[in-house]
Amino acid sequence: MSGLESARFGRLRELARPDRVFDFMAPAQSPVDVRHGPILYLEDVSVSFDGFQAINGLNLTIDDGELRCIIGPNGAGKTTMMDIITGKTRPDTGQVWFGSRHNLLALDEPQIANLGIGRKFQKPTVFEALDVTENLELAMAGERRVWKTLLARLDHEGQARIDEVLETIGLNDERYRLAGVLSHGQKQWLEIGMLLMQRPRLLLVDEPVAGMTEPEMHRTAELLTRLAGQQSVVVVEHDMGFVRSIARQVTVLHQGSVLAEGSMDAVSSDPRVIEVYLGGDEESA
Amino acid sequence: MTTQATLSGRDRSRQAFLSRSTLVTSLVLIVGMLLVLVLNALPASNALHVSGATVALLGKYFTYMLLALAVDLIWGYLGILSLGHGAFFALGGYAMGLYLNAQTSALPGWQAMMTYFPVAALMVLLAPGLLALAFGWLAFRSRVTGVYFSIITQALTFALMLAFNRNEMGLGGSTGLTRFYELMGFSLSSEGMTVALFVASGVAVLLAFWLCRAITVSRLGRVSLATRDAEARMRFIGYRVDHVKLALFVVSAMIAGVAGALYVPQVGIINPSTFAPLFSIEVVVWVALGGRATLYGALLGALVVNYLKTVLTGAMPDAWLFILGALFVLVTMVLPQGIAGVIAKWRGRRRAAVRPGQREASA
Repeated sequence: MSGLESARFGRLRELARPDRVFDFMAPAQSPVDVRHGPILYLEDVSVSFDGFQAINGLNLTIDDGELRCIIGPNGAGKTTMMDIITGKTRPDTGQVWFGSRHNLLALDEPQIANLGIGRKFQKPTVFEALDVTENLELAMAGERRVWKTLLARLDHEGQARIDEVLETIGLNDERYRLAGVLSHGQKQWLEIGMLLMQRPRLLLVDEPVAGMTEPEMHRTAELLTRLAGQQSVVVVEHDMGFVRSIARQVTVLHQGSVLAEGSMDAVSSDPRVIEVYLGGDEESA
Repeated sequence: MTTQATLSGRDRSRQAFLSRSTLVTSLVLIVGMLLVLVLNALPASNALHVSGATVALLGKYFTYMLLALAVDLIWGYLGILSLGHGAFFALGGYAMGLYLNAQTSALPGWQAMMTYFPVAALMVLLAPGLLALAFGWLAFRSRVTGVYFSIITQALTFALMLAFNRNEMGLGGSTGLTRFYELMGFSLSSEGMTVALFVASGVAVLLAFWLCRAITVSRLGRVSLATRDAEARMRFIGYRVDHVKLALFVVSAMIAGVAGALYVPQVGIINPSTFAPLFSIEVVVWVALGGRATLYGALLGALVVNYLKTVLTGAMPDAWLFILGALFVLVTMVLPQGIAGVIAKWRGRRRAAVRPGQREASA
């Protein structure tokens, strides 16, 4: 109930803000304010499900343009953390801010998505009954209201944007194929492409290389590193080899809170990390 | 765009209103309707003469086709299985029934406003539309989906059936509304009126078909297909899934209301049995049998099943429900895409034979 309540007040507060009265003066593109700090800020976030403490006093900051990898054993709370950031799950306590202006706990999924947080699921979810171009078209940042979508047409600008993303994700030759017949790797790329169409400031990517072949993995690594800088990217991944190939900054989650943070080398030589996670199976990666 | 020329283009029927399936369906409807009119005009002695009773029956089928279209719009394209669309159909029917009663006798209280055709016509749309709006708003906002939604639509129509059975409602209780004599000053029992209602129903089917087609080929149509297949994904790319569902649910309910309004003068009665859960389930069987998410499949399914029903309830009345059930089971197991699926497969095979290189593109 408290989540709903705070959502209401959040909306009220939003209305009363002096800097937002003249809406037309606000910058059209991405209202996120990162002048005074990180793009994503989680403080002391906790959530439990039926007594199970999934997230426990989690603190995390992501800087603008950063590529961050988050690793951790199963049940460390990685996916729950993404659920909290994207509005799917409300934490019991704590604060989540997007830039210094937007309290994400007061917003729901579509609002958060439209602010510029894109999310890729663990299992590739694309719209299988639509072709590749249509998938990208739906994800394109822009009008989302029912009446407007009824009358919407794909303009030149939108088409150009789609072409650009098709090029980036390397699916140009598949543009008119149904998403349902794409290979697993292609679906993953299409989903990343859909995130790009949203023009997000922050991308949350959940296990992007699960089930991928070696060459597919390399292409994905290349894609993600290229994206960082233009937008902040948070990657949750199990595959240590993959993490090592892209990561500059790694956060290790364990039992719902941060165990260690730093460069891959620093983290992987941390005895606590070795104990809970890397331990025996480091070689298998 | 050099690459585009080398790529096989998109299947035209996906985004173009004037696709082959729209044209063929419209043509079949129009030609069929004209044919019936011509054959009806032949002298009764002619072997090809179509009697007024048959025209009335076909007019009734048209209203069922309209109802099937309404169900397909939300079930086929949005994945919302309503097992209570009979309620919207019945509400439209009651609005029309009141108007017809008002032709020959003064109605009490608020019902007096139904004397005026524009008011009655508005009510045909508003009554189902507002119910769908209220019901859908509550259900979709709370993210009630799948089988849970289907069950509460059954409960909705059942509750309305109980309510309309009560004499206190002032709507004829369990007898319902009957004793219709006149529509817009013309006798309802005249042959001319039968033909006029047949034409009106046929035109309504055509218009509703075009409306649904326009919706499904628009970006909204793609939004709804995407919502049907991956609702959570849609939310995370910023769509208000509940608004999309609500909008189409209301449109669908209004089409069902119009169907009911056209049905009532043709059969001469509307009573609470139209709210019966079983009727709404039958409608779903029509659509499943015809084939979902094609629109013409729904039209075909409604026609085929109801024709069978007319023939078989005459020949062996006790067996009909068993036959209907068997048909449903059979279609679900053997033809999950229904009759439309068979047509599409047959067309696909023919196309593949003509242009072998195209097969993969349309797969």
